[in-house]
Formats: sequence, structure tokens, C-alpha cells
Amino acid sequence: MANLKDLKNRIKSVKSTQKITSAMKMVAAAKLRRAQENAEASRPYSTRMSAIINSLASKASPETAPALLAGTGQDNRVLLIVVSADRGLCGGFNGSIIRATRRQVEMLKADGKTVDLLMVGRKAKDALQREFADIIVDSKEGVQGTSVSFADIDTISDAIIDRLENGQLDRCQIIFNRFVSAISQEVTIDTLVPVTIDEEAEAGAENEGKAPYEYEPDEASVLTDLLPRNLSTQIYAAILESSASELAARMTAMDNATRNAGDLIDRLTMVYNRTRQAAITTELIEIISGAEAL
Amino acid sequence: MAETTAFELVTPARIMMAVDASMVVVPGSMGLFGAMPRHAPTISTLKRGVVEIYVNGSVSGRIMVDGGIVDVTEDRCTVLAERAVNLDNASRTELEAQRQTATNNGNTREEEFLDAAISAL
Repeated sequence: MANLKDLKNRIKSVKSTQKITSAMKMVAAAKLRRAQENAEASRPYSTRMSAIINSLASKASPETAPALLAGTGQDNRVLLIVVSADRGLCGGFNGSIIRATRRQVEMLKADGKTVDLLMVGRKAKDALQREFADIIVDSKEGVQGTSVSFADIDTISDAIIDRLENGQLDRCQIIFNRFVSAISQEVTIDTLVPVTIDEEAEAGAENEGKAPYEYEPDEASVLTDLLPRNLSTQIYAAILESSASELAARMTAMDNATRNAGDLIDRLTMVYNRTRQAAITTELIEIISGAEAL
Repeated sequence: MAETTAFELVTPARIMMAVDASMVVVPGSMGLFGAMPRHAPTISTLKRGVVEIYVNGSVSGRIMVDGGIVDVTEDRCTVLAERAVNLDNASRTELEAQRQTATNNGNTREEEFLDAAISAL
């Protein structure tokens, strides 16, 4: 049976763990508000951008459309961008991204495609780099959190455009956690290249019956200017969503940890008190039986 | 002269400005043009330059943009820009500090843009 001193130490250490987890929960909750605002603030930009792309894409003919819009006409080589967190202790957040990536890679390989991986965030890279060492082409760290700058994103989209031009890429997908609510995140796979055109939005634009747009300098050059921006915007939006999800996941995980620590403290305190009482009772019995023996 | 066009300047981080303007002059890649109410619907690329917002016939706001795109319809004018600086409430020292960090990070594009913004103040 555990003695009193051991139990006391155990309770003390669980208490200090609880302090840490509850502080982490508080920090995550405070940051989550900022991250959520950021993610929401970036939405008007991306919705407007895709509205313009939609209306332009319907006019571009498939033969002359830039590769970023229509793809290369082949579908052999796929680049997966995997967005995970740089830090752990956030529940199933990184685990679900890693599982989804593994599944997607296997599926694409089964279809006979060549797969490349670009990792954003340290955790997924650490977990997958042994297994997929030969197909990870690049990895980024520190492109996270509440202060992602657009310049960082540009380096990612430039890399994608380079690969596309060098014939190293036919399709590009991004895997990230979409922020649904503070307690739920959803692993999402979006296709960045070729651009998916929203049929409904397109039909809606046509039905408005307004005068047709004039394009300056002309449709093709507007499109060439716009597509790289659109790519960056979508990656940016995905990373912001992922950051908000990470904080939400950490908040929930740390809340659970704090509660578990509380339960454990209660149980240990009970055992401690019982043991203390048992020790007192034994001592009393010893004294009484000693007195009787005299 | 009550007719106005709904002007919005949107960056990836936020909606930077939203006002009803009587005219907006934007630095289109084919040259400056003014978007007034009932302007023909136009989509144009922008080059680096200053967007001037006119309210009641006088300039009420100036925003430096680093290229982007503008979507003009009869009743609204939306500018999408990745980098933008509002020249009315930006301070020279602040911009110079930002420029210094850009130089330190070797971000030449940001650096050139901030240079242009500083000289346009």
C-alpha cells in the first residue's frame, strides 16, 4: 500500500499539471477569438475573387485557358499540400490530418498516380517523413498562427506554379482542418489546380441579366494576372482555417485534461484520507492494547 | 448629386474601407480611370499606384495599392489588393519601420512597395 508521503507527492504533481493544462486552455481560448476573426475577415476577399474567376472561366475556351485554370490536360502527377500544426497537445488535430494524408496518398497511388507532398507545419512532417521520405518535396514551418503574412504564402504558390510550368504537376490538392465550430473540425480536401468552377454561382451570375463586363486589358491577361493571386488566396484561407481549428482543438483537449486531473486529484485525496485514518486507528489500537496488557 | 457608387477596398486580411463615393480613381494597368455611378461594368487589373476616393467632389481618402484587381459595376466599385496602405492615417515613421523589417527579411517586393508608399505620403 502506498504510504502517505508518496500520495502527497503524487497529488502535488497532478495539481501542478492541472495548472499548466488550465493555463494552456485559457491561452488557446483567447487566441482562438483572434484566429476566428482573421479567418472570417479573409472570407470577403476569397468569395469576391472566386466570383470574378467564375465569370471569367465560363468565357475562356478550354484550349487556350492557362494551365492554372484548366490543368495540363493530363492527370498523372498530384501534389498534396498538407497543413498541420507546428505544436502538439491539441487532441486529434494532427492525428486526423496524418491519417487523411496517408489514406489519400494510398488512394492516389492505387490509381497509378505519382504523388508529391508539400508539408506545412512540423507535426505531420515529423510523423510522415520516415514513411514518405522519397515523395516529400518541401516543408515549411512557422507559417501558422495569428500572424501569417501573405508573403509567406506567395512562396508556396510560386513553388506550385514552378512545378506546373516544369511539368512536375498535373493536379494540386490541399488537406487541412476546416473550422466548423469551437468543438468540431473537419478534415477537408480541396482541389486548387485545376480550378473547380462553381456551376451554381456561374448560373446565378448569368441570370442577373446585367450588361456584360468589359475587361481591361483583355480577358486573357486579367485571367493570367488573377489566377496566381487566387491560388495564394485559397492557400491563405486554408491556413487561417487550420490555425483556428488548431486552437479550438487545443482548447477542447486542454479542457478535458484539466477535468481529468481534477477527477484524479479527488480520487487520490480520498485514498490519502483513508490511509491517514487507517494509520491513526492502528496507532490507537497499539496504545490501547499496550495499556491493557499492563 | 446624391448618386454614389459603393466603394470597397478588400485585402486578404480584412475589408479595409467601405464608403459611398461620388467617384473613385484607380490605377488601371491601361491607365488611370475614374469609376463613377453608372460606369459600364468593367474588370481591370491594377498596377502599383494610389486609389483616390472622392466624396462630394473632393478627395476624402487615398490608398496605396500594390497591384490588384478592380471590379466596377453600375452601382459599386470593389478593389481587391493583397497589399494596401491607407495614406491618410499612416505615419512616415511607422512605414519606415515596416520597410526596415522588410529589408531585414530580404522581401524586396514589400520593400519597393513601402518605398513607393512613403514617397506618396
